[in-house]
Amino acid sequence: MLYVESADKTYPNGTRALAGLNLEVEEGEIVAVVGGSGCGKSTFLRLAAGLDQPTRGRIRLDGETITRPNPLVGIIFQEPRLLPWLTVEQNVGFGLADRPRAERERLVREVLERVGLQNYAHCWPRELSGGQAQRVAIARALAPHPKVLLLDEPFSALDAFTRASLHEHLLSLWHAFRPTLVLVTHDVEEASVLADRVLVMQPNPGRIAATIDVDLARPRDRYGTEIEAMKRRVLWALDKSLRRESGEALSPAAAI
Amino acid sequence: MTAIERFDNLGEARDSRIVSATHPIIEKKSKRTAERFLLGLALPLLLGIGWELAVRAGWAEGRLMPPPSRIFLTLYSLAVTGELWIHIGATLARVGAGFALGVIAGTLVGALAGASRLSREILDPSLQGLRSVPSIAWVPLFILWLGIFEESKIALIAVGCFFPIYLGVLAAIQSVDRKTVEVGRVFRLTTPQLVRRILLPAILPAYVVALRQGLGLGWMFVVAAEFMGASEGLGYLLIDGQQLGKPDQIIAAIVTFAILGKITDGLIASSSAPFLTWQDAYAPKH
Ligand SMILES: Nc1ncnc2c1ncn2[C@@H]1O[C@H](COP(=O)(O)OP(=O)(O)OP(=O)(O)O)[C@@H](O)[C@H]1O
Ligand SMILES: [Mg+2]
Repeated sequence: MLYVESADKTYPNGTRALAGLNLEVEEGEIVAVVGGSGCGKSTFLRLAAGLDQPTRGRIRLDGETITRPNPLVGIIFQEPRLLPWLTVEQNVGFGLADRPRAERERLVREVLERVGLQNYAHCWPRELSGGQAQRVAIARALAPHPKVLLLDEPFSALDAFTRASLHEHLLSLWHAFRPTLVLVTHDVEEASVLADRVLVMQPNPGRIAATIDVDLARPRDRYGTEIEAMKRRVLWALDKSLRRESGEALSPAAAI
Repeated sequence: MTAIERFDNLGEARDSRIVSATHPIIEKKSKRTAERFLLGLALPLLLGIGWELAVRAGWAEGRLMPPPSRIFLTLYSLAVTGELWIHIGATLARVGAGFALGVIAGTLVGALAGASRLSREILDPSLQGLRSVPSIAWVPLFILWLGIFEESKIALIAVGCFFPIYLGVLAAIQSVDRKTVEVGRVFRLTTPQLVRRILLPAILPAYVVALRQGLGLGWMFVVAAEFMGASEGLGYLLIDGQQLGKPDQIIAAIVTFAILGKITDGLIASSSAPFLTWQDAYAPKH
Protein backbone atom coordinates (compact mmCIF):
# COMPACT_ATOMS: atom_id res chain seq x y z
CA MET A 1 0.00 0.00 0.00
CA LEU A 2 1.22 3.45 -0.92
CA TYR A 3 0.00 6.17 1.46
CA VAL A 4 0.36 9.86 0.82
CA GLU A 5 -0.42 11.73 4.03
CA SER A 6 -1.14 15.45 3.61
CA ALA A 7 2.02 15.99 1.62
CA ASP A 8 3.06 19.58 0.91
CA LYS A 9 5.86 20.63 -1.40
CA THR A 10 6.98 24.23 -1.56
CA TYR A 11 10.05 24.84 -3.72
CA PRO A 12 12.80 27.16 -2.44
CA ASN A 13 11.56 29.86 -4.82
CA GLY A 14 8.18 29.85 -3.07
CA THR A 15 6.15 27.85 -5.62
CA ARG A 16 3.56 25.71 -3.84
CA ALA A 17 3.71 22.69 -6.10
CA LEU A 18 1.62 20.46 -3.80
CA ALA A 19 -0.65 21.30 -0.90
CA GLY A 20 -2.23 18.73 1.37
CA LEU A 21 -2.12 15.80 -1.00
CA ASN A 22 -3.87 12.73 0.43
CA LEU A 23 -3.96 9.45 -1.42
CA GLU A 24 -4.10 5.72 -0.86
CA VAL A 25 -3.06 3.40 -3.64
CA GLU A 26 -3.72 -0.32 -3.18
CA GLU A 27 -1.25 -3.00 -4.05
CA GLY A 28 -1.47 -3.87 -7.74
CA GLU A 29 -3.74 -0.92 -8.52
CA ILE A 30 -3.23 1.20 -11.63
CA VAL A 31 -3.77 4.89 -10.93
CA ALA A 32 -3.62 7.53 -13.64
CA VAL A 33 -2.93 11.16 -12.75
CA VAL A 34 -4.11 13.84 -15.18
CA GLY A 35 -4.14 17.62 -14.88
CA GLY A 36 -3.07 20.83 -16.53
CA SER A 37 0.55 21.81 -16.89
CA GLY A 38 2.27 22.79 -13.65
CA CYS A 39 -0.22 21.24 -11.24
CA GLY A 40 2.46 19.21 -9.46
CA LYS A 41 2.18 15.80 -11.10
CA SER A 42 5.93 15.39 -11.61
CA THR A 43 6.57 16.81 -8.17
CA PHE A 44 4.33 14.13 -6.65
CA LEU A 45 6.16 11.34 -8.49
CA ARG A 46 9.56 12.69 -7.46
CA LEU A 47 8.45 12.67 -3.83
CA ALA A 48 7.14 9.12 -4.14
CA ALA A 49 10.41 8.05 -5.77
CA GLY A 50 12.40 9.55 -2.90
CA LEU A 51 14.24 11.94 -5.25
CA ASP A 52 12.85 14.94 -3.33
CA GLN A 53 11.51 15.48 0.19
CA PRO A 54 8.04 16.78 0.99
CA THR A 55 8.06 20.06 2.89
CA ARG A 56 5.34 18.67 5.18
CA GLY A 57 3.49 15.38 5.52
CA ARG A 58 4.92 12.10 4.35
CA ILE A 59 4.67 9.27 1.87
CA ARG A 60 4.73 5.72 3.17
CA LEU A 61 5.14 2.39 1.44
CA ASP A 62 3.98 -0.55 3.56
CA GLY A 63 4.42 1.53 6.70
CA GLU A 64 7.92 2.72 5.86
CA THR A 65 8.37 6.45 5.20
CA ILE A 66 10.07 7.19 1.90
CA THR A 67 12.96 9.61 2.39
CA ARG A 68 15.29 8.44 -0.38
CA PRO A 69 15.18 6.17 -3.44
CA ASN A 70 13.86 2.79 -2.43
CA PRO A 71 14.52 -0.57 -4.09
CA LEU A 72 10.79 -1.28 -4.04
CA VAL A 73 9.94 1.83 -6.06
CA GLY A 74 10.88 2.23 -9.71
CA ILE A 75 10.43 5.33 -11.83
CA ILE A 76 10.26 5.89 -15.57
CA PHE A 77 10.84 9.41 -16.81
CA GLN A 78 9.43 11.20 -19.79
CA GLU A 79 12.67 10.55 -21.68
CA PRO A 80 14.18 7.06 -21.68
CA ARG A 81 17.41 8.28 -19.99
CA LEU A 82 19.33 5.22 -21.14
CA LEU A 83 23.06 5.27 -20.51
CA PRO A 84 24.55 5.55 -24.00
CA TRP A 85 27.75 3.66 -23.09
CA LEU A 86 25.86 0.53 -22.05
CA THR A 87 24.19 -1.95 -24.38
CA VAL A 88 20.46 -2.56 -24.09
CA GLU A 89 21.14 -5.60 -21.94
CA GLN A 90 23.51 -3.73 -19.62
CA ASN A 91 21.06 -0.84 -19.32
CA VAL A 92 18.28 -3.19 -18.31
CA GLY A 93 20.57 -4.85 -15.77
CA PHE A 94 21.81 -1.51 -14.39
CA GLY A 95 19.86 -1.79 -11.15
CA LEU A 96 20.80 -5.44 -10.64
CA ALA A 97 24.54 -5.02 -10.10
CA ASP A 98 24.37 -6.52 -6.61
CA ARG A 99 22.64 -9.74 -7.76
CA PRO A 100 24.54 -12.90 -8.70
CA ARG A 101 25.34 -12.99 -12.37
CA ALA A 102 23.07 -15.91 -13.31
CA GLU A 103 20.09 -14.29 -11.63
CA ARG A 104 20.83 -10.97 -13.26
CA GLU A 105 21.00 -12.53 -16.70
CA ARG A 106 17.75 -14.39 -16.14
CA LEU A 107 15.89 -11.27 -14.95
CA VAL A 108 17.19 -9.22 -17.88
CA ARG A 109 16.27 -11.89 -20.43
CA GLU A 110 12.80 -12.30 -18.95
CA VAL A 111 11.93 -8.62 -18.96
CA LEU A 112 13.44 -7.99 -22.41
CA GLU A 113 11.22 -10.75 -23.78
CA ARG A 114 8.23 -9.09 -22.14
CA VAL A 115 8.87 -5.85 -23.99
CA GLY A 116 9.67 -7.72 -27.21
CA LEU A 117 13.30 -6.64 -27.50
CA GLN A 118 15.18 -9.91 -26.95
CA ASN A 119 16.85 -9.50 -30.37
CA TYR A 120 18.21 -6.12 -29.35
CA ALA A 121 20.08 -7.21 -26.23
CA HIS A 122 23.46 -6.29 -27.70
CA CYS A 123 22.45 -3.08 -29.48
CA TRP A 124 23.56 0.37 -28.37
CA PRO A 125 20.89 2.87 -27.33
CA ARG A 126 21.72 5.01 -30.38
CA GLU A 127 20.53 2.15 -32.58
CA LEU A 128 17.01 2.19 -31.13
CA SER A 129 13.89 4.04 -32.19
CA GLY A 130 12.16 6.28 -29.67
CA GLY A 131 9.56 3.66 -28.83
CA GLN A 132 12.16 0.91 -28.45
CA ALA A 133 14.27 3.13 -26.18
CA GLN A 134 11.24 3.78 -23.99
CA ARG A 135 10.57 0.02 -23.85
CA VAL A 136 14.15 -0.49 -22.64
CA ALA A 137 13.56 2.17 -19.98
CA ILE A 138 10.42 0.33 -18.85
CA ALA A 139 12.35 -2.95 -18.78
CA ARG A 140 15.15 -1.35 -16.75
CA ALA A 141 12.72 -0.06 -14.15
CA LEU A 142 10.89 -3.40 -13.99
CA ALA A 143 13.89 -5.75 -13.98
CA PRO A 144 14.39 -5.60 -10.18
CA HIS A 145 10.64 -6.33 -9.75
CA PRO A 146 9.69 -3.17 -7.83
CA LYS A 147 6.37 -3.20 -6.00
CA VAL A 148 5.54 0.29 -7.19
CA LEU A 149 6.28 1.71 -10.61
CA LEU A 150 5.95 5.45 -11.16
CA LEU A 151 5.61 6.63 -14.75
CA ASP A 152 5.92 10.33 -15.66
CA GLU A 153 4.34 10.82 -19.08
CA PRO A 154 6.43 7.96 -20.43
CA PHE A 155 4.70 7.75 -23.80
CA SER A 156 4.03 11.40 -24.55
CA ALA A 157 6.83 11.77 -27.09
CA LEU A 158 5.57 8.86 -29.19
CA ASP A 159 3.06 8.56 -32.02
CA ALA A 160 -0.40 7.20 -31.27
CA PHE A 161 0.30 3.82 -32.84
CA THR A 162 3.53 3.17 -30.91
CA ARG A 163 1.83 4.40 -27.79
CA ALA A 164 -1.00 1.89 -28.19
CA SER A 165 1.53 -0.90 -28.63
CA LEU A 166 3.40 0.19 -25.50
CA HIS A 167 0.14 0.18 -23.54
CA GLU A 168 -0.16 -3.50 -24.42
CA HIS A 169 3.44 -4.13 -23.33
CA LEU A 170 2.85 -2.32 -20.06
CA LEU A 171 -0.35 -4.26 -19.36
CA SER A 172 1.35 -7.55 -20.13
CA LEU A 173 4.09 -6.64 -17.64
CA TRP A 174 1.45 -5.69 -15.13
CA HIS A 175 -0.34 -9.03 -15.58
CA ALA A 176 2.95 -10.84 -15.06
CA PHE A 177 4.29 -9.03 -11.98
CA ARG A 178 1.28 -7.09 -10.64
CA PRO A 179 3.18 -3.97 -9.61
CA THR A 180 1.31 -0.92 -8.36
CA LEU A 181 1.37 1.61 -11.20
CA VAL A 182 1.07 5.38 -10.85
CA LEU A 183 0.93 6.86 -14.33
CA VAL A 184 1.08 10.59 -15.00
CA THR A 185 -0.34 11.35 -18.42
CA HIS A 186 -1.75 14.10 -20.59
CA ASP A 187 -3.69 11.59 -22.64
CA VAL A 188 -7.25 10.92 -21.44
CA GLU A 189 -7.47 7.84 -23.64
CA GLU A 190 -4.32 6.42 -22.06
CA ALA A 191 -5.80 7.05 -18.61
CA SER A 192 -9.14 5.45 -19.51
CA VAL A 193 -7.63 2.38 -21.18
CA LEU A 194 -5.07 1.61 -18.50
CA ALA A 195 -6.24 2.85 -15.13
CA ASP A 196 -8.43 1.49 -12.35
CA ARG A 197 -8.74 5.03 -11.07
CA VAL A 198 -8.11 8.46 -12.57
CA LEU A 199 -7.05 11.37 -10.36
CA VAL A 200 -7.65 14.83 -11.75
CA MET A 201 -5.26 17.41 -10.33
CA GLN A 202 -5.57 21.15 -10.15
CA PRO A 203 -2.79 23.75 -9.81
CA ASN A 204 -2.06 26.72 -7.50
CA PRO A 205 -1.53 24.99 -5.18
CA GLY A 206 -1.36 21.47 -6.62
CA ARG A 207 -4.07 19.17 -5.24
CA ILE A 208 -6.53 16.49 -6.28
CA ALA A 209 -9.70 17.99 -7.77
CA ALA A 210 -11.60 14.80 -8.60
CA THR A 211 -11.28 11.02 -8.50
CA ILE A 212 -12.95 8.87 -11.15
CA ASP A 213 -13.21 5.08 -10.77
CA VAL A 214 -12.85 3.20 -14.00
CA ASP A 215 -14.89 0.05 -13.45
CA LEU A 216 -14.31 -1.54 -16.81
CA ALA A 217 -13.27 -5.15 -17.32
CA ARG A 218 -9.95 -5.95 -19.00
CA PRO A 219 -8.99 -6.35 -21.75
CA ARG A 220 -10.55 -3.06 -22.78
CA ASP A 221 -11.37 -2.05 -26.31
CA ARG A 222 -9.93 1.41 -26.80
CA TYR A 223 -12.40 2.10 -29.62
CA GLY A 224 -15.43 0.84 -27.66
CA THR A 225 -18.27 3.01 -26.41
CA GLU A 226 -17.38 2.47 -22.73
CA ILE A 227 -13.91 3.92 -23.15
CA GLU A 228 -15.42 6.72 -25.20
CA ALA A 229 -17.79 7.55 -22.33
CA MET A 230 -14.97 7.32 -19.79
CA LYS A 231 -12.82 9.71 -21.82
CA ARG A 232 -15.69 12.18 -21.84
CA ARG A 233 -16.06 11.92 -18.07
CA VAL A 234 -12.38 12.54 -17.48
CA LEU A 235 -12.32 15.42 -19.93
CA TRP A 236 -15.34 16.93 -18.26
CA ALA A 237 -13.69 16.69 -14.81
CA LEU A 238 -10.50 18.23 -16.22
CA ASP A 239 -12.49 21.01 -17.79
CA LYS A 240 -14.25 21.72 -14.52
CA SER A 241 -11.00 21.77 -12.55
CA LEU A 242 -9.46 24.21 -15.00
CA ARG A 243 -12.54 26.41 -15.07
CA ARG A 244 -12.56 26.54 -11.30
CA GLU A 245 -8.98 27.66 -11.35
CA SER A 246 -9.20 30.38 -13.94
CA GLY A 247 -12.81 31.38 -13.31
CA GLU A 248 -13.78 31.16 -16.95
CA ALA A 249 -14.75 28.60 -19.52
CA LEU A 250 -11.70 27.06 -21.12
CA SER A 251 -11.48 24.32 -23.62
CA PRO A 252 -9.71 21.49 -21.78
CA ALA A 253 -7.71 20.77 -24.90
CA ALA A 254 -5.99 24.12 -24.48
CA ALA A 255 -4.52 22.99 -21.19
CA ILE A 256 -3.40 19.57 -22.30
CA MET B 1 -5.42 -10.08 -35.65
CA THR B 2 -5.92 -6.68 -34.07
CA ALA B 3 -4.21 -3.59 -35.36
CA ILE B 4 -1.83 -3.62 -32.42
CA GLU B 5 -0.79 -7.22 -32.90
CA ARG B 6 -0.20 -6.59 -36.55
CA PHE B 7 1.94 -3.62 -35.66
CA ASP B 8 3.98 -5.72 -33.27
CA ASN B 9 4.63 -8.40 -35.85
CA LEU B 10 5.85 -5.76 -38.23
CA GLY B 11 8.18 -4.70 -35.46
CA GLU B 12 9.56 -8.23 -35.06
CA ALA B 13 10.23 -8.56 -38.76
CA ARG B 14 12.15 -5.32 -38.62
CA ASP B 15 14.06 -6.54 -35.55
CA SER B 16 15.63 -9.57 -37.20
CA ARG B 17 16.61 -7.57 -40.24
CA ILE B 18 18.39 -4.95 -38.15
CA VAL B 19 20.40 -7.58 -36.30
CA SER B 20 21.54 -9.36 -39.45
CA ALA B 21 22.32 -6.08 -41.20
CA THR B 22 25.00 -4.99 -38.72
CA HIS B 23 27.91 -6.63 -40.51
CA PRO B 24 27.68 -5.11 -43.98
CA ILE B 25 27.48 -1.71 -42.35
CA ILE B 26 30.82 -2.22 -40.61
CA GLU B 27 32.43 -3.48 -43.82
CA LYS B 28 31.18 -0.50 -45.72
CA LYS B 29 32.60 1.80 -43.04
CA SER B 30 36.12 0.34 -43.19
CA LYS B 31 36.08 0.52 -46.97
CA ARG B 32 35.17 4.16 -46.67
CA THR B 33 38.07 4.68 -44.22
CA ALA B 34 40.56 3.19 -46.71
CA GLU B 35 39.15 5.39 -49.44
CA ARG B 36 39.54 8.46 -47.26
CA PHE B 37 43.10 7.50 -46.38
CA LEU B 38 44.08 7.21 -50.07
CA LEU B 39 42.32 10.47 -50.94
CA GLY B 40 44.18 12.27 -48.17
CA LEU B 41 47.48 10.88 -49.45
CA ALA B 42 46.88 11.99 -53.04
CA LEU B 43 47.77 15.67 -52.69
CA PRO B 44 51.13 15.38 -50.88
CA LEU B 45 52.11 12.48 -53.16
CA LEU B 46 51.28 14.47 -56.27
CA LEU B 47 53.15 17.56 -55.06
CA GLY B 48 56.17 15.45 -54.08
CA ILE B 49 56.37 13.66 -57.41
CA GLY B 50 55.83 16.92 -59.28
CA TRP B 51 58.66 18.65 -57.39
CA GLU B 52 60.97 15.68 -57.87
CA LEU B 53 60.35 15.70 -61.63
CA ALA B 54 60.76 19.47 -61.81
CA VAL B 55 64.15 19.36 -60.11
CA ARG B 56 65.34 16.38 -62.18
CA ALA B 57 64.26 18.04 -65.41
CA GLY B 58 66.22 21.11 -64.39
CA TRP B 59 63.19 23.44 -64.26
CA ALA B 60 63.86 24.17 -60.61
CA GLU B 61 67.05 24.28 -58.63
CA GLY B 62 65.99 22.51 -55.45
CA ARG B 63 68.72 23.95 -53.26
CA LEU B 64 66.46 25.68 -50.73
CA MET B 65 63.61 23.20 -51.22
CA PRO B 66 65.25 19.83 -51.80
CA PRO B 67 63.26 17.18 -53.71
CA PRO B 68 61.78 14.20 -51.82
CA SER B 69 64.57 11.85 -52.88
CA ARG B 70 67.21 14.02 -51.15
CA ILE B 71 65.10 14.27 -48.02
CA PHE B 72 64.69 10.51 -47.88
CA LEU B 73 68.40 10.09 -48.44
CA THR B 74 69.15 12.45 -45.57
CA LEU B 75 66.67 10.61 -43.35
CA TYR B 76 68.20 7.32 -44.39
CA SER B 77 71.76 8.34 -43.63
CA LEU B 78 70.70 9.82 -40.29
CA ALA B 79 69.00 6.52 -39.56
CA VAL B 80 71.91 4.25 -40.46
CA THR B 81 74.42 6.26 -38.45
CA GLY B 82 72.00 5.88 -35.53
CA GLU B 83 71.86 9.64 -35.06
CA LEU B 84 68.18 9.86 -35.96
CA TRP B 85 67.18 7.42 -33.21
CA ILE B 86 69.10 9.36 -30.60
CA HIS B 87 67.28 12.55 -31.59
CA ILE B 88 63.92 10.82 -31.73
CA GLY B 89 64.58 9.18 -28.37
CA ALA B 90 65.51 12.48 -26.72
CA THR B 91 62.46 14.29 -28.08
CA LEU B 92 60.08 11.44 -27.26
CA ALA B 93 61.42 11.26 -23.70
CA ARG B 94 60.83 15.00 -23.22
CA VAL B 95 57.35 14.93 -24.70
CA GLY B 96 56.54 11.79 -22.74
CA ALA B 97 57.68 13.18 -19.40
CA GLY B 98 56.10 16.61 -19.94
CA PHE B 99 52.86 15.12 -21.22
CA ALA B 100 52.67 12.69 -18.29
CA LEU B 101 53.14 15.51 -15.77
CA GLY B 102 50.64 17.72 -17.59
CA VAL B 103 48.07 14.93 -17.74
CA ILE B 104 48.39 14.08 -14.06
CA ALA B 105 48.20 17.70 -12.91
CA GLY B 106 45.49 18.68 -15.41
CA THR B 107 43.32 15.70 -14.55
CA LEU B 108 43.63 16.12 -10.79
CA VAL B 109 43.08 19.86 -10.74
CA GLY B 110 40.27 19.61 -13.33
CA ALA B 111 38.55 16.88 -11.32
CA LEU B 112 38.89 18.89 -8.12
CA ALA B 113 37.47 22.01 -9.72
CA GLY B 114 34.67 19.99 -11.30
CA ALA B 115 33.80 18.18 -8.10
CA SER B 116 33.26 21.12 -5.79
CA ARG B 117 32.04 24.61 -6.43
CA LEU B 118 34.21 26.07 -3.70
CA SER B 119 37.44 24.72 -5.15
CA ARG B 120 36.34 25.78 -8.63
CA GLU B 121 35.69 29.33 -7.45
CA ILE B 122 39.08 29.41 -5.78
CA LEU B 123 41.10 27.77 -8.57
CA ASP B 124 39.49 28.66 -11.84
CA PRO B 125 40.01 32.45 -11.97
CA SER B 126 43.74 32.15 -11.28
CA LEU B 127 44.18 29.33 -13.77
CA GLN B 128 42.26 31.23 -16.43
CA GLY B 129 44.56 34.18 -15.81
CA LEU B 130 47.67 32.03 -16.11
CA ARG B 131 46.27 30.41 -19.21
CA SER B 132 46.24 33.72 -21.03
CA VAL B 133 50.01 34.02 -20.56
CA PRO B 134 51.67 32.73 -23.75
CA SER B 135 53.46 29.65 -22.47
CA ILE B 136 56.74 30.57 -24.14
CA ALA B 137 56.84 33.54 -21.78
CA TRP B 138 57.63 31.08 -18.99
CA VAL B 139 60.89 30.05 -20.61
CA PRO B 140 63.20 32.62 -18.98
CA LEU B 141 61.72 31.92 -15.58
CA PHE B 142 61.97 28.15 -15.97
CA ILE B 143 65.58 28.49 -17.05
CA LEU B 144 66.36 30.59 -13.99
CA TRP B 145 64.56 28.18 -11.69
CA LEU B 146 65.43 24.85 -13.24
CA GLY B 147 68.52 25.42 -15.33
CA ILE B 148 68.92 24.96 -19.06
CA PHE B 149 68.90 21.17 -19.04
CA GLU B 150 66.04 18.69 -19.09
CA GLU B 151 64.01 20.02 -16.15
CA SER B 152 63.12 23.37 -17.68
CA LYS B 153 62.23 21.76 -21.00
CA ILE B 154 59.95 19.21 -19.39
CA ALA B 155 58.34 21.91 -17.26
CA LEU B 156 57.53 23.97 -20.36
CA ILE B 157 55.97 20.99 -22.12
CA ALA B 158 54.01 20.08 -18.99
CA VAL B 159 52.59 23.61 -18.77
CA GLY B 160 51.56 23.41 -22.42
CA CYS B 161 49.76 20.09 -21.88
CA PHE B 162 48.20 21.11 -18.57
CA PHE B 163 45.73 23.74 -19.75
CA PRO B 164 43.78 21.90 -22.43
CA ILE B 165 43.52 18.89 -20.14
CA TYR B 166 42.44 20.93 -17.13
CA LEU B 167 39.83 22.77 -19.20
CA GLY B 168 38.63 19.60 -20.89
CA VAL B 169 38.15 17.71 -17.63
CA LEU B 170 36.39 20.63 -15.95
CA ALA B 171 34.05 21.24 -18.90
CA ALA B 172 33.32 17.53 -19.22
CA ILE B 173 32.37 17.20 -15.56
CA GLN B 174 30.21 20.31 -15.69
CA SER B 175 28.34 19.11 -18.74
CA VAL B 176 27.37 15.71 -17.31
CA ASP B 177 23.58 15.62 -17.59
CA ARG B 178 21.80 16.01 -14.26
CA LYS B 179 19.16 13.64 -15.61
CA THR B 180 21.70 10.88 -16.14
CA VAL B 181 23.02 11.34 -12.62
CA GLU B 182 19.45 11.02 -11.37
CA VAL B 183 19.26 7.56 -12.93
CA GLY B 184 22.14 6.63 -10.66
CA ARG B 185 20.29 8.04 -7.67
CA VAL B 186 17.16 6.07 -8.52
CA PHE B 187 19.22 2.88 -8.37
CA ARG B 188 20.81 4.02 -5.09
CA LEU B 189 24.42 4.16 -6.23
CA THR B 190 26.97 5.20 -3.62
CA THR B 191 29.28 8.07 -4.51
CA PRO B 192 32.16 5.83 -5.66
CA GLN B 193 29.71 3.77 -7.71
CA LEU B 194 28.26 6.94 -9.19
CA VAL B 195 31.75 8.06 -10.22
CA ARG B 196 32.69 4.70 -11.70
CA ARG B 197 29.42 3.77 -13.39
CA ILE B 198 28.14 7.16 -14.54
CA LEU B 199 30.59 10.05 -14.28
CA LEU B 200 33.71 8.37 -15.71
CA PRO B 201 32.03 6.90 -18.78
CA ALA B 202 30.15 10.15 -19.33
CA ILE B 203 33.29 12.29 -19.41
CA LEU B 204 35.51 9.82 -21.26
CA PRO B 205 34.86 11.10 -24.82
CA ALA B 206 35.66 14.69 -23.85
CA TYR B 207 38.69 13.49 -21.87
CA VAL B 208 40.13 11.72 -24.90
CA VAL B 209 39.71 14.89 -26.94
CA ALA B 210 41.46 16.87 -24.21
CA LEU B 211 44.33 14.37 -24.10
CA ARG B 212 44.80 14.62 -27.84
CA GLN B 213 44.79 18.42 -27.70
CA GLY B 214 47.26 18.32 -24.83
CA LEU B 215 49.56 16.02 -26.72
CA GLY B 216 49.37 18.25 -29.79
CA LEU B 217 50.50 21.20 -27.67
CA GLY B 218 53.18 18.98 -26.13
CA TRP B 219 54.68 18.45 -29.59
CA MET B 220 54.50 22.16 -30.24
CA PHE B 221 56.28 23.05 -27.03
CA VAL B 222 59.00 20.46 -27.36
CA VAL B 223 60.29 22.36 -30.38
CA ALA B 224 60.32 25.59 -28.43
CA ALA B 225 62.04 23.83 -25.55
CA GLU B 226 64.70 22.34 -27.80
CA PHE B 227 65.30 25.70 -29.47
CA MET B 228 66.43 27.07 -26.11
CA GLY B 229 69.56 25.01 -26.24
CA ALA B 230 69.85 21.28 -26.67
CA SER B 231 72.52 19.01 -28.02
CA GLU B 232 70.12 16.37 -29.18
CA GLY B 233 66.50 16.09 -30.18
CA LEU B 234 64.55 16.81 -33.35
CA GLY B 235 64.41 20.51 -32.45
CA TYR B 236 68.19 20.50 -32.31
CA LEU B 237 68.25 18.95 -35.80
CA LEU B 238 66.14 21.87 -37.00
CA ILE B 239 68.44 24.52 -35.55
CA ASP B 240 71.52 22.64 -36.66
CA GLY B 241 70.15 22.39 -40.20
CA GLN B 242 69.50 26.11 -40.24
CA GLN B 243 72.95 27.02 -38.96
CA LEU B 244 74.74 24.70 -41.35
CA GLY B 245 72.47 25.60 -44.26
CA LYS B 246 71.08 22.09 -44.68
CA PRO B 247 67.43 22.47 -45.71
CA ASP B 248 67.15 18.73 -46.33
CA GLN B 249 67.94 18.08 -42.67
CA ILE B 250 65.33 20.65 -41.58
CA ILE B 251 62.67 19.07 -43.74
CA ALA B 252 63.71 15.58 -42.61
CA ALA B 253 63.17 16.70 -39.01
CA ILE B 254 59.81 18.25 -39.89
CA VAL B 255 58.70 15.04 -41.60
CA THR B 256 59.77 13.06 -38.52
CA PHE B 257 57.77 15.40 -36.29
CA ALA B 258 54.72 14.92 -38.48
CA ILE B 259 55.05 11.14 -38.43
CA LEU B 260 55.65 10.95 -34.67
CA GLY B 261 52.79 13.36 -33.93
CA LYS B 262 50.42 11.35 -36.07
CA ILE B 263 51.52 8.04 -34.52
CA THR B 264 51.24 9.18 -30.91
CA ASP B 265 47.86 10.81 -31.59
CA GLY B 266 46.73 7.61 -33.28
CA LEU B 267 47.86 5.63 -30.24
CA ILE B 268 45.60 7.66 -27.94
CA ALA B 269 42.74 7.44 -30.41
CA SER B 270 43.01 3.72 -30.99
CA SER B 271 43.61 2.77 -27.36
CA SER B 272 40.48 4.67 -26.32
CA ALA B 273 38.41 3.45 -29.27
CA PRO B 274 37.24 0.17 -27.66
CA PHE B 275 35.70 2.22 -24.84
CA LEU B 276 33.96 4.63 -27.17
CA THR B 277 32.23 2.37 -29.69
CA TRP B 278 28.93 3.39 -28.10
CA GLN B 279 29.31 6.96 -29.29
CA ASP B 280 26.95 8.17 -31.94
CA ALA B 281 29.51 10.25 -33.74
CA TYR B 282 32.43 7.89 -33.37
CA ALA B 283 33.80 6.57 -36.66
CA PRO B 284 36.37 3.74 -36.23
CA LYS B 285 39.88 4.49 -37.43
CA HIS B 286 41.66 1.33 -38.55
N1 LIG C 1 12.89 22.53 -9.15
C1 LIG C 1 11.89 23.43 -9.08
N2 LIG C 1 12.08 24.62 -8.50
C2 LIG C 1 11.07 25.52 -8.43
N3 LIG C 1 9.84 25.32 -8.89
C3 LIG C 1 9.57 24.15 -9.46
C4 LIG C 1 10.58 23.14 -9.60
N4 LIG C 1 10.04 22.07 -10.23
C5 LIG C 1 8.75 22.41 -10.46
N5 LIG C 1 8.46 23.65 -10.00
C6 LIG C 1 7.15 24.32 -10.05
O1 LIG C 1 6.22 23.51 -9.38
C7 LIG C 1 5.01 23.47 -10.07
C8 LIG C 1 4.64 22.02 -10.38
O2 LIG C 1 5.62 21.50 -11.25
P1 LIG C 1 5.54 20.03 -11.82
O3 LIG C 1 6.75 19.79 -12.62
O4 LIG C 1 5.27 19.09 -10.72
O5 LIG C 1 4.26 20.14 -12.78
P2 LIG C 1 3.59 19.05 -13.71
O6 LIG C 1 2.21 18.83 -13.24
O7 LIG C 1 4.44 17.86 -13.82
O8 LIG C 1 3.53 19.82 -15.10
P3 LIG C 1 3.70 19.25 -16.57
O9 LIG C 1 2.41 18.60 -16.90
O10 LIG C 1 3.92 20.48 -17.38
O11 LIG C 1 4.86 18.32 -16.56
C9 LIG C 1 5.18 24.33 -11.30
O12 LIG C 1 4.59 25.56 -11.04
C10 LIG C 1 6.66 24.46 -11.47
O13 LIG C 1 6.97 25.74 -11.98
MG1 LIG D 1 5.67 17.01 -15.39
